[in-house]
Amino acid sequence: MVTVKKRQLLVFFVFAAAVLLAPFFLKGNYLLNVLVFVGINTMLAIGLNLLLGYAGQISLGHAAFFGMGAYISGIITSRFPVEPFLIIFLAALCVGVIAFIIGFPILKLKGHYLAMATLGFGIIMYIIFNETVDWTGGPSGLSGIPNLRVGSLVFDNDWNNYYLVWVFTLAVMLLSINLSRSRIGRALRAIHDSEVAARVMGVNARILKVQIFTVSAVISAVAGSLYAHVMTFIAPASFGFNFSVELLTMIVIGGLGSVYGSFLGAAILTMLPELLRVFQDLDIVIYGLMLILMTMYMPGGLIGGMEAAVRFALKKIGKGENNNAQA
Amino acid sequence: MDNFQQLFQYILTGLSNGAIYALIGFGFAIIYNSTGIINFAQGEFVMLGGMLTIFFLSVFQMPLVPAILLAIVVSTGVGILFERLAIRPLKDAQPFSLIIITIGASIFLRGAAMLIWGKDTHALPAFSSNDPLYIAGATILPQHLWILGVTVLIIIASRIFFNYSVVGKAMRACSYNPRAAGLVGINVKSMVLLSFALSSAIGSLAGIIIAPLTMTSYDVGAMLGLKGFCAVIIGGMSSGMGTVFGGLLLGLLESLGAGYISASYKDAIAFIILLLILFIRPEGLFGSKETERF
Amino acid sequence: MSRNIFRMILVLFFSFLMAGAVFAAPPVKIGALFSVTGPASPLGEPERNTAEMMVAEINKAGGINGRQLELIVYDTQGDATKAVQAVNKLIKDDKVVAIIGPSTTGDSMAIIPVVEKAAIPLISCAAGIKITDPVKKWVFKTAQNDVLAVMRIYKNLQKQKISRVAILTVSDGFGSSGREQLKLKAKEFGISIISDETYGPKDTDMTVQLTKIRNSNAQAVICWGTNPGPAIVARNAQQLGIKIPLYMSHGVSSRKFIDLAGDSAGGIMLPSGKVIVADQLPNSDPQKKALMSYVNKYRARYKVEGDHFGGHAWDAVMLLKNAMEKGGFAPAAIRDQLEKTKKFAGIGGTFNFSPQDHAGLNIDAFVLVKVEKGDWKLIK
Repeated sequence: MVTVKKRQLLVFFVFAAAVLLAPFFLKGNYLLNVLVFVGINTMLAIGLNLLLGYAGQISLGHAAFFGMGAYISGIITSRFPVEPFLIIFLAALCVGVIAFIIGFPILKLKGHYLAMATLGFGIIMYIIFNETVDWTGGPSGLSGIPNLRVGSLVFDNDWNNYYLVWVFTLAVMLLSINLSRSRIGRALRAIHDSEVAARVMGVNARILKVQIFTVSAVISAVAGSLYAHVMTFIAPASFGFNFSVELLTMIVIGGLGSVYGSFLGAAILTMLPELLRVFQDLDIVIYGLMLILMTMYMPGGLIGGMEAAVRFALKKIGKGENNNAQA
Repeated sequence: MDNFQQLFQYILTGLSNGAIYALIGFGFAIIYNSTGIINFAQGEFVMLGGMLTIFFLSVFQMPLVPAILLAIVVSTGVGILFERLAIRPLKDAQPFSLIIITIGASIFLRGAAMLIWGKDTHALPAFSSNDPLYIAGATILPQHLWILGVTVLIIIASRIFFNYSVVGKAMRACSYNPRAAGLVGINVKSMVLLSFALSSAIGSLAGIIIAPLTMTSYDVGAMLGLKGFCAVIIGGMSSGMGTVFGGLLLGLLESLGAGYISASYKDAIAFIILLLILFIRPEGLFGSKETERF
Repeated sequence: MSRNIFRMILVLFFSFLMAGAVFAAPPVKIGALFSVTGPASPLGEPERNTAEMMVAEINKAGGINGRQLELIVYDTQGDATKAVQAVNKLIKDDKVVAIIGPSTTGDSMAIIPVVEKAAIPLISCAAGIKITDPVKKWVFKTAQNDVLAVMRIYKNLQKQKISRVAILTVSDGFGSSGREQLKLKAKEFGISIISDETYGPKDTDMTVQLTKIRNSNAQAVICWGTNPGPAIVARNAQQLGIKIPLYMSHGVSSRKFIDLAGDSAGGIMLPSGKVIVADQLPNSDPQKKALMSYVNKYRARYKVEGDHFGGHAWDAVMLLKNAMEKGGFAPAAIRDQLEKTKKFAGIGGTFNFSPQDHAGLNIDAFVLVKVEKGDWKLIK
């Protein structure tokens, strides 16, 4: 077990080093800006993956938590001269409490019913963002959100925002890696495979599911707050049902239950408009097809596919070596 | 115009919208009851019905009735293709895989419709006249009567089909226990296929008869689909009449809510009811307990 | 002999072509952001089409000061995040000298901080008043402010001595901005809003709201939205037998509205850019020439009627062209020339920019039109 954990940490540190060094090769490149959003989406994907990939509970309303984080931060910091970092914490706390409360009735449901309930919650929140014009600015959005700052360091350019976002994202990744190795992670996977069996084994499935739902919502809220300060402008359209589906697509394409899969999915979906630009209006069709085909033929996502490929290759090489040895 | 007349107009509007929701919800229930799948692409068949009819009317200059029939046939074909290509290859899939696949299909169909027919909104001519009918000071259009009539017809037809015909009974058997149904010689696979065919036919029919009122474009499916889904959850998946009552109730509450509380939160009302029902009585107001819900 | 001449000509022609290819300056890149797909696609699509048509035309006529233009269009899908990513790509990757669009107020507000910081001129095609109020150094707009449309309606109401109105607005960016202006300007014209209703962009039935309005003792209804909502409102109003005058916004001033609303469109009045009544304008109208040319060219190229949304893109491209012809291709020079633009007769109106005004239009940008016998009729 120790070696597995060590290996995982090693992989993480290599990844983290690559992330932290990347900007030096991308100076002045607009990719840096895209990577800021990749970071935010990675956080969101990991949050959703904790729920769906580890615990097997679907959510079609995660954009709502993202939006709540963004709007709590955005509304308060654009009106009052308060410390924005404090508000990020406050937003996370508020969203956490709300998620915990609604988690109990919602997570009693399963499968399609859970999907519908989370979808309903997402739509209700979207309507609230849209209609409470006096607070949220309504459909035309909320502008004038200040950038974050630490002392004289203002996070108002791609370089600074990149490090701001990725420090949070890496922290969430580390948390998620540790969680999956912990007792909780094992219990969650047990729920995923068979909730009844998990209960028999003494796992308090109900509380655990609500807890992971809350953690997932809090991560989304923090991502939302960061998003608001990076963009300095937010509008409800970014937090609707479509975005919930986009998040789902990220982890389906990247890999369910995989931290790096979340990153891969987030990176692909964020850059997808870029890649599909040649197809112009075709992109929506390709997007739908991808969802279907990936679920049908690559249920482990790209990460799963890559791992299988690597295993296959290793096996081949191993066989080759054995043959050589024999010869 | 006194308050009673106003109330009566709200009720009439609510009921006629509710019939639309019920009809769309019906398509959900058919698939759910024979496969346990909630087809998130159901709304897109509503869109296909309307758009195909307009396409046949305007491009091929067909008369209304053949255009409608052809539109239903084509949408049913799309439903069958969808089942064969995307649902059947997955055996014993997790619910979330099926959810994602049907969502993917809905995005795909919407995108394809946008590419083929463009982004414009179209209106279908009313089936009969456009002159409003007056009932105790409130008005409805003849098209509303068409909707109510078709809904009633479909309910009656489906009751007869599911309760008296061999195929209908076989479909119900599959919904209770597919393995047992298979053991007694029912071809479960073709029953699933049939349920997709039936539900896309009903969905497209719904889309056609509402198109003169609500107009249609490539993206009308999503919201109507969701409302239909609310209707079926409120009423309960297991009962056909329940779906109808669920739809009518939803339409009524929406219209009264818009009239007396706030029109801005009309859609929120629908989804709050959905959540409450799911939390308190997940089998639906008119459903029976023994239906598999968990 | 003649063959040799022919050869000579051919050689000359090719060497000329080669020289042209070698010495011709690279094309000037102009960025464009439109919501070509998504909920605002009725705005974005004609805007993209128009911009592409205009740039192709400018290039065919030899470009600007001998330099060809290259238009780079990205789709924002009406989503602020995508708009910000796209504008960053335009500025940092494509290195454009100026940007036209986006189509919606939300997208425009989202990218304004980016263009302000990068010092690239932006000509927005969205209507929201807050885009250029307060004035931002690098931001201009071609879509008429909503408030001008509101004033056009209110002036007409005043003339008819109507003081109690009901408003019915769509709950998206266009509707909520209109609602704000309708409420703001009411007092100035002695009008009281006695019923304030909204509907959702995807709603398919507005009889409930209209029933409420019918019972509210209002003397006129003003509906603010883009297709297809207002067409449903028109049909529902006819169904309910509402007899008081129905006003729409400039959001539906296109052929499509009459097609969708059918005979229930009769008698409806709305403020509109002059595009839809271009042929009814007197020849003395300074915009007539531009309007007629736009209408004819758009119809010839795309087989559909051009509308005022496309017109915003027409104005944006032509304003840029003017500025570039005068001041060259540096972003700062373009900005300065844009600000000096005076009496530019475009599709949306006659633009007069100044350091205090980056919207550049007055109430004359709108005319009031009425639907009569299935067509638009200019009201004097």
